[in-house]
Formats: sequence, C-alpha cells, structure tokens
Amino acid sequence: MKINDVILRTVTKAVVFIILTLGVYLFFAGHHAPGGGFIGGLVLASGIVLLYLAYDIETVHRGVPFNFKKVAAVGVLLATGTGIGSIFFDVPFLTQTGKYITLPILGKTSFSTVTLFEAGVALTVVGTVVTIILSISEEEEG
Amino acid sequence: MNNMIVFPLILPIMTAILLVFFRHNIILQRIVSIITMAVVTIISAVIVWAVPVHGILRLDFSGWQPPYGILFVADSFAALLVFTASLVTTIILLYATCTIGEKRERNFFYTFVLLMIAGVNGSFLTGDIFNLFVCFEVMLLASYVLITLGGERVQLRESIKYVLINVVASWLFLVALAYLYSTLGTLNMAHIALRVTEAGQGPLLTTVSLVFLAVFALKAGLLLFQWLPGSYSAPPPAVAALFAALLTKVGIYALFRTYTLMFTHDALPYRLIGIMAMLTIIAGCLGALSGRDVRTIAVYNVLIGVGFILLGLAIGTEVAFQGAIYYVLHDIIAKAFLFLCIGTMIYLTGETVIDQMSGLIRNYPVFGWLFFIVMCALAGIPPLSGFIGKVLIAQAAVAEGDFLLIAVGLASSIIVLYSLLRIFLSAFFGETIIPLGEEMPLPKTVIWPIIMLALLTIALGVGAQAIANYVVHAAEVLANPTQYIDAVLPEALKKGM
Repeated sequence: MKINDVILRTVTKAVVFIILTLGVYLFFAGHHAPGGGFIGGLVLASGIVLLYLAYDIETVHRGVPFNFKKVAAVGVLLATGTGIGSIFFDVPFLTQTGKYITLPILGKTSFSTVTLFEAGVALTVVGTVVTIILSISEEEEG
Repeated sequence: MNNMIVFPLILPIMTAILLVFFRHNIILQRIVSIITMAVVTIISAVIVWAVPVHGILRLDFSGWQPPYGILFVADSFAALLVFTASLVTTIILLYATCTIGEKRERNFFYTFVLLMIAGVNGSFLTGDIFNLFVCFEVMLLASYVLITLGGERVQLRESIKYVLINVVASWLFLVALAYLYSTLGTLNMAHIALRVTEAGQGPLLTTVSLVFLAVFALKAGLLLFQWLPGSYSAPPPAVAALFAALLTKVGIYALFRTYTLMFTHDALPYRLIGIMAMLTIIAGCLGALSGRDVRTIAVYNVLIGVGFILLGLAIGTEVAFQGAIYYVLHDIIAKAFLFLCIGTMIYLTGETVIDQMSGLIRNYPVFGWLFFIVMCALAGIPPLSGFIGKVLIAQAAVAEGDFLLIAVGLASSIIVLYSLLRIFLSAFFGETIIPLGEEMPLPKTVIWPIIMLALLTIALGVGAQAIANYVVHAAEVLANPTQYIDAVLPEALKKGM
C-alpha cells in the first residue's frame, strides 16, 4: 500500500534537523546541567527513527549507512575504554579528568574525558534504540 | 594496584563487544574468548592471593569515597568465587567450541557467555547493593539470550517461564531495594550493615530482609525453584553447565552477603533459611529419585547442592561458613562436571532416558570412569572435593545441636549417590547397545574439558589444605562483618560524623 505522505516527509525534513540539534545540545549541556549522553542519545535516536517512519528503510540506509549494532558496540567500547584509560594513570577505574582551555571564538571551554565517556553512552543508546526499532519492523535482518 | 579487582568484570565485557565486530570469524572468536577467560582466571588467582596479604581490597570507582560512590570490594569469599567461576567458565568454553554448533557461534554465543560471566563476577565483587542488582541484570539478560539461542521448540517454551519468573524476581528486588533505601538511606552494603547495627534490627528491617530472602531464594533456587528444572534442561549442554555451575551460586552468594553482613541481628531469617534449605533438599531428592531422564536427575542434584550450601548459612558459625565455602567451590566445579558428562552422554547416544542407554563404559572406558568420579565427588566420598565441605558443615551442626538439619543434609548424600548410581549402572554397565568399533568417536575437545574438571575436583579434595588459608580468611570475614565494614568505610563515618 502506498500512502501519500507528502506532509509527513516535508515536515520531517525540517524537524529532523531540529531534533538532531536538540540532541547534540542536550548531549553537551549534560556536562553541567540536565542532559547528557543517555538523554542526548535518546533524542538523537528519535530523530533517526522519525526518518525511518517517514521514508523507507532503504532510502534512510543510503543516507545513514551505519550498522547500528556496531554503532552500539563502538559506544560501549568507547565508554569502557575511557574507564580503562584511567588505570594507566594509576588512579581508580573510571576516574575522569578535565581542563578549561580558552579558544579563539568559543572563549573559555571545558574539555574533559567525561565527554568521551558520554559520547560512548550516546552511541550505545542510539545504536540500541535504532536496532530495537528495526528488529521490530523487519522480518529478517542482515 | 586495587584497579586489579575491576578486571574480572571489564575484560569480559570489552572482549564481548570486540567480538561483535568479528561475527563471522569463528576461529578467532573461540581463541579470543578462551584467552580472555584464562587471563581473567589468572588475575583472579592473584586477587585470591592478595587478599589475605594486603587485607580486603577496595576500589572506589572514579575515586568517589564510600558511601557516596559505587565500589568493588574483594574479600576472600568473593575472590575465591570469582576465581572458581572464571576457571570453570574457561573449561566450559573449551567444551563449547566443539559442541555448541556453528549456528549459535555465529549468533554471538561467545559474546553472551562473556557478558554473563561479567555479570556473575560483578555480582560477586560489588560492594553496593544497587550495583548488585545491575550486575544481576547483566547476568540475567545474557542468560535470557543463551537459553533461547538456537530457537528450538523446547528452549522457547522453557525460556518463557525462565524469563517471566526472573523478571518478576527482579521487580521484587527493586521493591526490596526501595524499602531498604527509604528506611536506611544508603545502598552501600557496609554502610547498610553499620546503620542496621546502629538502628537495631526491628521488625521493619527484618521484614525488608525477608523480601530480599524471597528475591534471592528465587534466584538461587532455594525452595522457590519451580522454574529451574525445566529451564536448566532445555539449553545445549555447555550452556546448561554454565547455568548450573554459576547462576544459582550468585543467588547463594547474595544470600550469604545479606545475612552475614547486613541483617545479622535477628535469628528469624536463619531459621527460615534452615527450613527452606531442608525442604529444598527433600524436594530435590524426590525429584532426583523419580526422574527417568538423565537431565532431570542432574537438575534436581543442583537443588540438593543449593540446599546443602545454605545449611551452612542457617547454622551460621565460622566452621559452618568454612564448610559452606568449600562446598560452594566444590559445587561450581562438580555441577559443571556433571552437566558436561550428562550432555556428552546425550550427544553420544542420542537418548535422554536412562533405560535407553546401556554399556557405555565398554565403548568409552575413560568417559565412564569420569562419570564415576563425578558421582563420588557429588556424594562426598573422600578424597574428592565434596567431602571436606560436608564434614565441616556436619561438625558445625553437631556443635550447635542442629541435628535435624544435618540429618537431612547427610541423608541427601545417600540419595545423590543412589540417583547417580542409577545412571551409572543403567547407562554405563550392562550390555552395550553400540557394537564395539562402531561407536561415534569421542573428540578430544569434548573429553579434555571433562578430564580437567575431574582433575579439579581431585585437586580441591586432596589440596583442601592448600587453600585452607583463604577459606579460613573468608569465613572469618563472614563471621565478623566488622572486618568488612572497617575495610570499606572511612573512619569518620564510623564514629557517627
């Protein structure tokens, strides 16, 4: 059955960018304010799921050619990797560190390893959520 | 230095995830997963060695001081369990490489075994009761996959029961945690123990502790075991051996931690555990006697083991703890051993009912005598591993005057012997059903892991003295929880800050 969903597709094109931007914003906000990898990841995943709803799987897959199971795996590796990293500096497992650096345009910016950890969390959430949705929608998966 | 104690959790997780990228390279998956578990075994051996030397090891994640952060605590009890569990998993993985089948291997079998062992090790090591819940969930989610992997009809039927009962139990666990947190305001186990002591263990706290008893009894198969016989006989032998060796032990460990560290001031839970353990043993004996299927007999033997270990907790003296620790180590090895033997019998004959098998010992003499060893070990015949645990628990029971407990416990040994002897006489002796020379060859990768487990039970039995130092240390900490609390909490907190 072919549905005429011009409105959905047009709206999606604009809204997806808003959702993704919000996701990225939440991700970085999580450093000092509500937000973070898990929430940011969920919002990012919802943007991708919206794309899957509006378009078919093949079209989206051409634009976002990731195997989302592997995205989740990379996320876990990144998160556990930052935890393991602290062992090499002889501090307790999962210890994070950070520093303020003054950049030309952004001004005083905080750089910290916890951002890498959170990035791992975000990738895991995106990968897992999209994999769940795809598994439910597909008969057989490659 | 203390970072060492996170490796039994983090190494399997990282390897498990790495293996996702090598889904189709099965040889690599086999090698890497076995090497990882071997490395974890070595590291945990170092931890076992280090605890009596350096005292109880503690690792505050990210450097957050207890009781605020999550932490891992390795005392001798936890370290011994981690070591034995990792060692047995390594051996079972060796067995699995040959028997599990390529279809399962391609569908992330090794990944999920590693994730499960990460959950098991995490549960043993954690010092935070909410983290215990998380590690339980890691272990259970991986076990849900392992029990259904392959998608055979019987697996799916049993997995529904297994998943449902465990989801309900996990929910109950959360409810218990909520009660605990709302009454005590802390989740750090040592801190809980301290606050229970300070506040006095009134009826409210005892009730909370009984909710935990229900949760862990479900997970350990203590009296609430109705889900266990079906779900442990459905998956392939390597997975069943992993489950039988490890999963109930985590529940048992949690019961020990709860009732030797946190809720130690009321005798009611111990009496309850004693009654539940006796009923479990009796029910297990009835099941083992009535079964005609080798898997059923083996599964009910798991229950008898669970009951026997928890007799040690019910008696609750230091000697009883020593016995229980010896017996839990023995049980991890011997149950893996038994399930691999049973699995191999089914693999060789294609039958599951004992009357349909006969004369296997003529075709496979080595395998036949291996089964004889596991039978003796489980019955507790010296010098095999089951003996020392039974003796110590019996001594403690007699010293405390708990004659009924120990009468049931020791009578169960006879039933264990009888139930396995039935298998031995019927399936291994008698006229052989397979003509000599036409039998299916027994691959080396199948027989060697079983031989290793046999050597382990002999080593644990003969070398009981060698590990006595660690077992005594472990039992001492269980009997004197202040040692654990002192190792975990900073001084200021204990003075009531």
